[in-house]
Amino acid sequence: MNDEDVGRGEQEVGGEQEERRVDQEVGGEQEERRVDQEVDETRAEGKDASPPTDTPPPASHISPPTSDVDGQVRRLSRRGFFVAGVSAIAAYGGWRWLTNASRMGDVPWPLRRTLETNEKLSEAYFRERRLSPTFPASMITNARINGGIGLNANYDMSAWQLNIDGHTLNLADIQAFPKREMITEFRCIEGWSYIAKWSGARLADVMAKFPPPPDTRYVAMETPGRAYYVGLDMQSAMHPQTLLAYELNEQPLTWQHGAPLRLTIPVKYGIKNIKRVGTIRYTNVRPADFWAERGYDWYAGH
Amino acid sequence: MKRLERKHPLAIRWFHWINFPILAVMVWSGLLIYWANAVYRVGVGKHTLFKMTIPEHLYEKWHIAFRLGWGLSFHFFFMWLFAINGILYVLYTIFSGEWRYLLPDRRSFIEAIQVTLYDLRLRKEPPPQRKYNAAQRIAYTAIIVMGLGSLVTGLAIYKPVQFAWLTYLFGGYQMARFFHFWLTIGYVVFFVVHIGQVVRTGWNNFRAMIIGYEVHEVPNE
Repeated sequence: MNDEDVGRGEQEVGGEQEERRVDQEVGGEQEERRVDQEVDETRAEGKDASPPTDTPPPASHISPPTSDVDGQVRRLSRRGFFVAGVSAIAAYGGWRWLTNASRMGDVPWPLRRTLETNEKLSEAYFRERRLSPTFPASMITNARINGGIGLNANYDMSAWQLNIDGHTLNLADIQAFPKREMITEFRCIEGWSYIAKWSGARLADVMAKFPPPPDTRYVAMETPGRAYYVGLDMQSAMHPQTLLAYELNEQPLTWQHGAPLRLTIPVKYGIKNIKRVGTIRYTNVRPADFWAERGYDWYAGH
Repeated sequence: MKRLERKHPLAIRWFHWINFPILAVMVWSGLLIYWANAVYRVGVGKHTLFKMTIPEHLYEKWHIAFRLGWGLSFHFFFMWLFAINGILYVLYTIFSGEWRYLLPDRRSFIEAIQVTLYDLRLRKEPPPQRKYNAAQRIAYTAIIVMGLGSLVTGLAIYKPVQFAWLTYLFGGYQMARFFHFWLTIGYVVFFVVHIGQVVRTGWNNFRAMIIGYEVHEVPNE
């Protein structure tokens, strides 16, 4: 198509050159350009080159008889609706493919892969110095109880012990570490949250006493009997607000909150805040995670 | 007599039609997420007009119950498509100059009232109609601002520690979630009005969003 013709045509009217130039810059419109040319040619005959958009042509400016408008519309429509139809079918096909793709951790694998990509981005952006906001005691709200997998009321607390990387600790051993306190927001993946005061030992302090080999990537935690289990990336485990907590709102944990010792990790959703921790392991193999096996993000991090 | 007039550039048509199914998936997966904690309501003070929820049996019937993990997975996949398509659209409107037809100007707010009154048949003389009338300019710009709002409130919910400052800006985690939800209701309202206006305006206008051209009647001499 002769672009200059169009340009000239528009310049006669003035003021719309810019827009026309823009149209030309959009690639892949040969067919439309051809139509444009036809339109412009017919316009030129009748000295009518009104701007195509925005300002309606003055009533005195009469377009020449363009008997082929119907034909042009037909041609454009055939092509336009064909492309639209094919795209709609392709989109539907893509949707069918996605929703029927083989499952990885109970979701279609492309979604699982995307969660893993998002995880890589999150890990790269993560900084230990960025803290979960803390609140004054006056803002503490009801600590909702949710999820009791691996918990039971008649558990023998005296029999409990923590196994960390093969070493056995009791509650007094944990309480011997510096006691950290924080009032943070506990965020459930379901969308609700509460603000509570947690007291306990920093996981990083405990791990410093039983250090993992250098470059260890993951920390795995399990309830006694392994009814519930979570996997943590190392930098989230080492975060200063990641506590092995034994008190909630200054009271010893109740069994529903995971007595005698639970993980509280505000850089993760509630699902990672494993209650009644029995075992802590270091590993370079991505640890199994109870909810990640049931369709949730393995990272689940904030 | 008829004349063909170029209306919507190819790029804008693609951005528009790509956005439609993506936003639909975002709303649907958002609903799967909302199901797990459907807490919002419309009301004044303690008086609740209605709760933003549907009866339990409808959740079951429409297969939107107990699918939180599924909803999150779709949400965190399609969020990228939604963001990329939206950003490309905005960049396109900036560099193509299309923003000139889309951004409201000083007159738009007065004219938008005239458009509304005219559309509601409370006013006889039609308001000035350029490529987009004033109400359209405001609506089409607002929807972009809303899209940006969804992205940033979404980020504030998604990473409330790494982007704690952003979450704080929205008034905290729960407030960010609140805005994120009501923006979605805003899309639904936009959609309903948009469809209504498209139906009212007719086939020629709708077709232009597919083929790019509109047929204009030109009075005979």
